[in-house]
Amino acid sequence: MMIDQEARKHLRESLAKGIRYDGRKKDEFRNIEIITGFIGTAEGSAHVKCGETEVIAGVKMSLEKPFPDTPDQGILMVGAELLPMSNPKYEGGPPDATAIELARVIDRGIRESKSLDNKRLCIKAGEKVWTINVDISPLNDDGNLIDVGSIAAVAAILNARFPFVENDKVDYKQKTTEKVPINRIPIAVTVLKVGNAIIVDPTELEEQALDARLTVTTIDDGRLCSIQKGGVGTLSIEEIDKMIDLAVHKGHEIRKLIKQE
Amino acid sequence: MDYNKRLDGRDFDELRPMEAKAGVIKKADGSAYFRMGNTVAYAAVYGPREMFPKFQQDPKKGVLRCNYNMMPFSGAGDRVRPGPSRRSKEISAVTEKALSAVVDLSDSPNAVVDVYIEFPQTDAGSRCCGINAAAIALADAGIPMRDIVAAVAVGHAGNKICVDLNYEEEHLPDYVEGLDDKDVADIPVAIVPSTGEISLLQMDGIIPKETLIKALHKAKAALMQVNEVQRNALREKFAAVADEENGENIENVENGFEEN
Repeated sequence: MMIDQEARKHLRESLAKGIRYDGRKKDEFRNIEIITGFIGTAEGSAHVKCGETEVIAGVKMSLEKPFPDTPDQGILMVGAELLPMSNPKYEGGPPDATAIELARVIDRGIRESKSLDNKRLCIKAGEKVWTINVDISPLNDDGNLIDVGSIAAVAAILNARFPFVENDKVDYKQKTTEKVPINRIPIAVTVLKVGNAIIVDPTELEEQALDARLTVTTIDDGRLCSIQKGGVGTLSIEEIDKMIDLAVHKGHEIRKLIKQE
Repeated sequence: MDYNKRLDGRDFDELRPMEAKAGVIKKADGSAYFRMGNTVAYAAVYGPREMFPKFQQDPKKGVLRCNYNMMPFSGAGDRVRPGPSRRSKEISAVTEKALSAVVDLSDSPNAVVDVYIEFPQTDAGSRCCGINAAAIALADAGIPMRDIVAAVAVGHAGNKICVDLNYEEEHLPDYVEGLDDKDVADIPVAIVPSTGEISLLQMDGIIPKETLIKALHKAKAALMQVNEVQRNALREKFAAVADEENGENIENVENGFEEN
């Protein structure tokens, strides 16, 4: 739903009083539900619901030639599309800046966490390594796609099992019990500044009223591995400090949820 | 040798297990989920809304625009590259035609009704599964239609007519050895159930004409079952909506009494 000036003003005034339209606290996420391993054609999959935002992530693995500068390392790639199915504001065609940012922020968060042991994905240096493709497809976008997409991507990677290989040929019909060598769980949490209010997990409406946002990806020990600022508004160092604390705290909560799955 | 027992144990006339649900995507004006065996489709309908690009507007009536898309992880083998392909564009076009047969958009000039069909998982017969989902979604969106189109693929494999082929049957000679007839014909069919008229027909493979006609009759019989599943999905959704509304009405009346 597109927001007009008056609606935006009202939403900002409400948030200034600490009121969210759906009754949540400012630092409260919507209810998160995670289902994994339900797509037979994928090596790993996750369906994440956060309020009314719903996304699917799937993992496909294949044997490819490594990049020349990293001949002994496997490759992890995360992609995301803004499917026109998920919201009337999206159109088909090549991805626009929003879609590219979504995919790249999630990809960087996972990549920079250094959680993946790339060398264990190498079959034969310079010739064959595993490429792990994670694709995120939103079903219904009611805000906060970055965080929900990142949860889905990580849950799908944890759910993935390598397919069988015979004579360098992948047999996708059979899965082994081998998991993706990942030793940390990166979680992206986007914190918004709307007026003077700091909130997490925005709905689509709240997203449209923001001044600035900060997506902070953290790893298990609370250190940060990637940050992205969005929006045209500015942030003071004190605000950034507060926003990161919140992201670390929320990241821990979400990590626990994923580990339960 | 002929193909005497189906690989998944079904009768030759038997459809794969089906599951359907209406109203699964909140942002959409109408939506549906349809599963045939391991093929899963979501359909979302947006519109009637203004048609862009403008040169595609029709001042006499609205336009139905379908978009078929496999999610990157939905194929049985390698990853499917995201974005449109020649295959997906063609399937979008035949899907559009299959559904346009019953859709009446004469009250919506210059408008478009967008139907987005997405597949998280496929195992043959995806265009038919997509059409089944799309037809429910269009009804859910309240788009004027004369009927709910139903689709299924019938095939001729190992000298047998098989209803609702799965992936293995589409490639039968790779899975069953010693077949005399190694030609597999795959025939997606969509019909308008109330008239029995066919709105989508494609065929790949080699098949005698008589067999094709027989296959079409089998498809028609199977499609009545598909249509029942579609109708039930809509009944379920709107029964739930009606219950909710009735519930609210009763509450309001009670509140009214209290205030008096």
